[in-house]
Amino acid sequence: MEKQTIEQLEGTASQVRRDCLRMVHAVQSGHPGASLGCTEFFVALYFNQLNHDPNFKMEGKGEDLFFLSNGHISPVWYSVLSRSGYFSPEEMNTFRKLNSRLQGHPATEEGLPGIRIASGSLGQGMSVAIGAAQAKKIDGDDSTVFVLMGDGEQEEGQVWEAAMYAAHWKVDNLIATIDLNRQQIDGPTAEIMDLIDLRAKYESFGWEVIDTLQGNDMKSVVEGLEKAKSLSRKGKPVMNLLHTEMGFGVDFMVGTHKWHGIAPNDEQLADALGQLPETIGDF
Amino acid sequence: MEKTLDLKFNYTEKKDTRSGFGDGFLEAGRRNPNVVGLCADLIGSLKMGAFQKEFPERFFQTGIAEANMMGIAAGMTINGKIPFTGTFANFSTGRVYDQIRQSIAYSGKNVKICASHAGLTLGEDGATHQILEDVGMMKMLPHMTVINPCDYNQTKAATIAIAEYDGPVYLRFGRPSWPIFTDPAQKFEIGKAWKMIEGTDVTIFATGHLVWEAVVAEAILRSEGISAEVINIHTIKPLDEEAILDSVAKTGCAVSAEEHQYNGGLGDSVAQTLARNNPAPMEYVGVNDSFGESGTPTQLLDKYGLDAANIVAAAKKVLARK
Ligand SMILES: Cc1ncc(C[n+]2csc(CCOP(=O)(O)OP(=O)(O)O)c2C)c(N)n1
Ligand SMILES: [Mg+2]
Repeated sequence: MEKQTIEQLEGTASQVRRDCLRMVHAVQSGHPGASLGCTEFFVALYFNQLNHDPNFKMEGKGEDLFFLSNGHISPVWYSVLSRSGYFSPEEMNTFRKLNSRLQGHPATEEGLPGIRIASGSLGQGMSVAIGAAQAKKIDGDDSTVFVLMGDGEQEEGQVWEAAMYAAHWKVDNLIATIDLNRQQIDGPTAEIMDLIDLRAKYESFGWEVIDTLQGNDMKSVVEGLEKAKSLSRKGKPVMNLLHTEMGFGVDFMVGTHKWHGIAPNDEQLADALGQLPETIGDF
Repeated sequence: MEKTLDLKFNYTEKKDTRSGFGDGFLEAGRRNPNVVGLCADLIGSLKMGAFQKEFPERFFQTGIAEANMMGIAAGMTINGKIPFTGTFANFSTGRVYDQIRQSIAYSGKNVKICASHAGLTLGEDGATHQILEDVGMMKMLPHMTVINPCDYNQTKAATIAIAEYDGPVYLRFGRPSWPIFTDPAQKFEIGKAWKMIEGTDVTIFATGHLVWEAVVAEAILRSEGISAEVINIHTIKPLDEEAILDSVAKTGCAVSAEEHQYNGGLGDSVAQTLARNNPAPMEYVGVNDSFGESGTPTQLLDKYGLDAANIVAAAKKVLARK
């Protein structure tokens, strides 16, 4: 697939945000907040950064792999997967409905192309990504493995077991990203369980850490991923702290945990879509 | 369908059982200052907010860290606190099984593990969250009491009752709005099955949300000339074996109904009781060795064979085997 320019990526992002909102609205359930907040990241990854083949093969030999650990933001992943050719955008109409491949949380059970592991129960994805990265090393496969986690998700102990392991085993073909939106279900992370300083935590665990300070600016996100790649393969796993705003792109959703897992009603959807140009065509 | 049936129990209001838990938890907190609460970033979903507001000094947000929550709860019991932990049923059991096994069950600690969004009826979130194995896991643990109430009122009563009982308890409830058909003033007796409807041809043993489906099924069966007894097994462990054996001695056959896998659920407990004492034909209504999926609660109960129509079919099938 050809790499999109920053301008093209921004256009794609607008469509992806529309897709997320329309999917969640249609079933009145799902998680728009961090889907919108992570849109630049997903679009940059799938349309500019990943070496990947939409003609999906589970093994992904010779391809970069992506794992979503915070599986509740499935809408944004389903949108970029379909928009980059893994399955028809029309299938987004089935999101969270009976007999769909687009489960509430990503799953392999129904065989949706692009998904390699189920997620939804938080804290498990990075371990899987590390295993996949090590398997590539065993095979001499020089591709990179990416994983995204939530910041609230960092409260799970398994994340730190994985962090320790990745540094110990020098899993330097791994680029992990944390969606640092400073929100979780019950409120701001600082009030729920203070993460204090994730950079210091990961550094002390033996990771190379970078900050992408403008996680909702396409150019910054692409540059952040480029930088992360340039730091990989130097003996340490790489952590990309992606500073985002939950609900970015829709004025009444931005910056609050209130839209973590709530669907917009008809009026709110119309208002939101009015803020996001239809660039590729709605499904 | 319900409208045209002559139901033995009726409802005017629907509410989620998790709200019964939230209201019961607040009441338990008012009655006993030793009751404390812990929650892993799901205070709203578990309806624990009212307790938190009234007793902030007795309530602890743990963040998304269920294993830690179980350990903290176990520690709090040591000087006599009565901790209620709150998260989804999956994260209350499978996620933290060894923590519960070692620090709570084996150590005999007075922790109340309160689990919402159990079963298929959580709906659209799908299989990652729809645990159908929790009753099996929890009932296998020595010392553990396992309770799955059927509606808002029974859940509230059960929540108050477990605060007064000394020992580890797994309390399972759910997300959907569900008929309220039991008495708001009921006294909840742990381990005592409740014969809701008398019958002579077949006994339906139901638990949780499917008690309502059993009530509907009884009316359908009656309209076709079949007399079903409905027994509400809100406590799966310890099991009221006497109630089970007495009923089946009369009816001669049984159907179990639950929002759980066949393997390890209420059905297996009933079957074991019958096999050891009075073997009788039995059919299971439950999920048969598969994961769930996204959908509405009604669609899922239909697709996976858990609604009243399926209980009716199971009753007819087991009658033919008598
Ligand atoms: C093990 C586990 N515990 C609890 C939940 C329920 N849950 C889903 S999302 C979420 C909050 C996650 O916070 P964060 O990672 O910051 O994601 P964000 O809210 O920013 O999307 C919680 C507690 C879960 N999915 N898995
Ligand atoms: Mg967050």
